[in-house]
Amino acid sequence: MKKTVAIMAGAALILLFATVMLVFLPYVQLDSEPVPEGLEPYTAQELRGRQSYIANGCLYCHSQQPRDPGFSDADRMRGWGRASVPGDYAYDEPQLMGTMRTGPDLFNIGARQPSVAWQLLHLYDPRAVVPDSIMPPYRFLFEVVDEPLPEHTVVNVPPEFRQGHGVVVATQQALDLVAYLLALDHTYPADVLPEAEEAQE
Amino acid sequence: MTPTITFLLILTFIVSVGGLLVLVWSIATDQFRHGKRAARTIFAPGEVGQEEDPAHEDSPVEATGAPAEAEFEARRIADTSSRTPVLAWLASAVAWLAIGSIYGLIASLKMHLPEFLADDAVLTFGRVRPMHLNAVAYGWASMAGVGIAIWLVPRLFKTPLVGGRFATAGAITWNIGMVLGLAAIGAGFSDGEEWLEFPWQLDLFFVIGGALAAAPLLLTVRNRTVEHLYVTSWYLMAALVWFPVLFLIANIPNIFPGASGATVNWWFAHNVLGLWVTPIGVGIAYYLIPKILGKPIISYQLSLLGFWALALFYSQVGIHHLIGGPVPGWLVTLSIVHSVMMAVPVITVAINHHGTMMGSFGKLKTSPTLRFVWIGSLMYTVASLQGSIEALRSVNVITHFTHYTVGHAHLGLYGFLSFILFGAIYFAMPRLMAWEWPSRRLISLHFWLASGGILVYVVALSVGGWLQGLALIDGSVPFMDSVRLTIPYLEARSIGGAMMTAGHIVFAAHFLMVLLRRGQRRERPTLFRSVASEVAS
Repeated sequence: MKKTVAIMAGAALILLFATVMLVFLPYVQLDSEPVPEGLEPYTAQELRGRQSYIANGCLYCHSQQPRDPGFSDADRMRGWGRASVPGDYAYDEPQLMGTMRTGPDLFNIGARQPSVAWQLLHLYDPRAVVPDSIMPPYRFLFEVVDEPLPEHTVVNVPPEFRQGHGVVVATQQALDLVAYLLALDHTYPADVLPEAEEAQE
Repeated sequence: MTPTITFLLILTFIVSVGGLLVLVWSIATDQFRHGKRAARTIFAPGEVGQEEDPAHEDSPVEATGAPAEAEFEARRIADTSSRTPVLAWLASAVAWLAIGSIYGLIASLKMHLPEFLADDAVLTFGRVRPMHLNAVAYGWASMAGVGIAIWLVPRLFKTPLVGGRFATAGAITWNIGMVLGLAAIGAGFSDGEEWLEFPWQLDLFFVIGGALAAAPLLLTVRNRTVEHLYVTSWYLMAALVWFPVLFLIANIPNIFPGASGATVNWWFAHNVLGLWVTPIGVGIAYYLIPKILGKPIISYQLSLLGFWALALFYSQVGIHHLIGGPVPGWLVTLSIVHSVMMAVPVITVAINHHGTMMGSFGKLKTSPTLRFVWIGSLMYTVASLQGSIEALRSVNVITHFTHYTVGHAHLGLYGFLSFILFGAIYFAMPRLMAWEWPSRRLISLHFWLASGGILVYVVALSVGGWLQGLALIDGSVPFMDSVRLTIPYLEARSIGGAMMTAGHIVFAAHFLMVLLRRGQRRERPTLFRSVASEVAS
């Protein structure tokens, strides 16, 4: 029994050590990072859109973390923006940094594609605007009506991409999601992490 | 910032001194004395040299005199003492494997056929993909691992399982969590972080289910009749301590916002691999390879060294998922160093597993269990060394954000872990059910579909992912080119995935046949019967 306890206690201690290094210390350090002045909290609508972004798993193909030009210059050249800093994520709960770039980085998509009409059409059928895109269509975020009401946001879908007979209108969910995408604009200036130079080795 | 650096320096110094003291203490108190004798703990007296392989048609029947006979009878009782809980965990695992691979195949097809099943929110790529991951990681791998662990406990401690009904209740609880969790993801209620998608309210089912599964291990260890705890039990006990702590900390809602949430996310996600499924897989192989061959592992001291090295190094590798990301440089460097240091435990395991196999490779032809387990162990070596290299900044800048990582993940979780679990299930089921696998053909079909499938899968994604990475870091290449060039590789991945899925359906059907005792009854069940006179070899 003594041996059993020793093994389990040793295992627990090592994990505790790793937790201090990888969870506690970064938390202390990142928590004290300044929030950039240009960063605004999300509105209620943007937060609803953010939930849609999570629910439909956008994060599995899109990152939200442009890399430092010293590490990989391509992000800057593609216009994806400056390298992100911890403070940029101050209002992100949970963070949606992502690990895949099957699609482009979205950290500054609101600055790159500020048109609501483009975003809605792209969500309805990505291939209507990007011919070879492999992004799934999100037609379930839209409705087809015979006669749009004044409060409807009509999406002008080219006939060859339209499904069903009638006029395509955006649901509130689609509008919220687009509001969130347009809020992804981190073009304000921010200080880089002091260790960033070190990280470029 | 300066205080943190100072603190880190002091901490590093204290830890190094502490490590030195532990080393001095362990040499002084002769902690490394366990040698050949400890490695033989898993054998009955006189059993060394006897092969044990219930999935093998012409398995030689074990019996070598009176003392062994008593021990074989005890082992038979031990083996069947865990029947209900083990079957509950294993049967659920096989069902989740079949379900999870179908989700995986749908997700894979959607990568190159974006209009496939696109009109239903439940089946959109962004929901099917996490459903695949959670079904195979928590449903298949975790449940099969727990099932095999519970089955090994009485064998390792040489005493019948105590408190098996807790584990059965644990399987039911865990399954409820799985069903509700997958339904929640399908309905769009994901927590939004990879590996942590299940809504945190439902995580309680896994905490309780896991604790219930651990109960029999702790109850049984008190009755053990073995003097030395074999290395497999070290791995299993440690995994049991680690998973609940990890799962609990990572799932507490609302305490790690923003960028620190990302470090917690990857600390957890890589530790699920490193401190949960890896110890289970490696531990099982440490038992099965010597047991099937009837040879003790070649260096027992090394196996214990490897255990502590794994604990120390694997627990800190997680942040290599954030190289180039908005986290402090020291943290990333720490994880890279540990990722490279992982070569130490990996090589110790490789020496033991492959070294024990030396001279017995011919048995791979006849023993399906050994074939699965050893290939799994070989893939552990390959995937781990690949992971160490992948963590280097110069390599990671290419592979990060690409399909290459997905190929690596499958090499680890499928090529390594799932293969070992397949082998272990082929080994355990005939013992549990007193019913042999009805068809060697089906085992063979499963083997070739699984190995062919994973080969196509990993090769396609490694090549495709690497090319994608090269295109991504070249800012003069239009982004869409990096998408277009991956299409043929993604199609090849679907072919590999379809083969694996077909293999799983064969496996599940075969498993069901044993569970229901279908098929032809073998004249000579290769159980622990002393019928040496009949064999008369």
